[in-house]
Amino acid sequence: MPTTVIEGHEVSVDDEGFLTEYDQWDPEIAGALATAIGVNLTEDHWKVINFLREDFKVNGATPTLRRVSTTGGVDTKSLFALFPKKPAKKMSYIAGLPKPAGCV
Amino acid sequence: MSDMIVPSFGDDEGTGRKLAIICSKGSLDMAYPAFILGNAALGEGVAVDLFFTFWGFDIINEKTMDHLKFSPVGNPAAHMPAALSPLPGVTSFATHSLKKALADLDVPEVREFLDLLKDSGAKIWACQLSADMNHLSKKDLYEGVDAIINASDFIEMTDGAQLLFI
Repeated sequence: MPTTVIEGHEVSVDDEGFLTEYDQWDPEIAGALATAIGVNLTEDHWKVINFLREDFKVNGATPTLRRVSTTGGVDTKSLFALFPKKPAKKMSYIAGLPKPAGCV
Repeated sequence: MSDMIVPSFGDDEGTGRKLAIICSKGSLDMAYPAFILGNAALGEGVAVDLFFTFWGFDIINEKTMDHLKFSPVGNPAAHMPAALSPLPGVTSFATHSLKKALADLDVPEVREFLDLLKDSGAKIWACQLSADMNHLSKKDLYEGVDAIINASDFIEMTDGAQLLFI
């Protein structure tokens, strides 16, 4: 498993660059990850990221887009606007979580 | 950091991938494959056009869309003795079971799933001939239908798309 240095922290990542250790993430790292994929973090992004982090902690799985909209309170249209084109993958990447496994 | 591994999300690729799905069947179990694949494609940044035609019209007809059914008749994968499947009540039982299985997985019902697809950027088209055959106009259809178009229009607008016929 490769490691990489982000904002001065050495973190474990998978082959694509997704963080693999929940506890190695922090908000500073999120900022660097977002910048790396061209996303400018705003308050609305943070609402999604915080929900993903909390939900993962409780359920052990990254929530799908549908779950973020029904349970996290950020609707689908907004998710596509905040994380263009591939919202599920981009939001999980920035939140330091694996891609969602669910289909819907 | 120069050694940071950044995933490729395909943002730099100039050619937009497109998926066109033709929905020609009106039973519940024929609606979902189109919905789920379409939804997955949209989440991957693929443009999706759905074309509802013939029996598939039931999926976008206001009168029928909330009452689609699943029948095990002629479907060996339903794991039911062939002689029993046409009996009264079997379709309603099978429909109920399928709906429950989907709801348990938090998969939305037909109308809500269409809303989800629209919110994700899908285009929804109704077939002109099917509308004429059923004497229906746009006001009789699901509100998210973009337009009633003919087969040539659909073929023209999905130039270069990958195509699924369901």
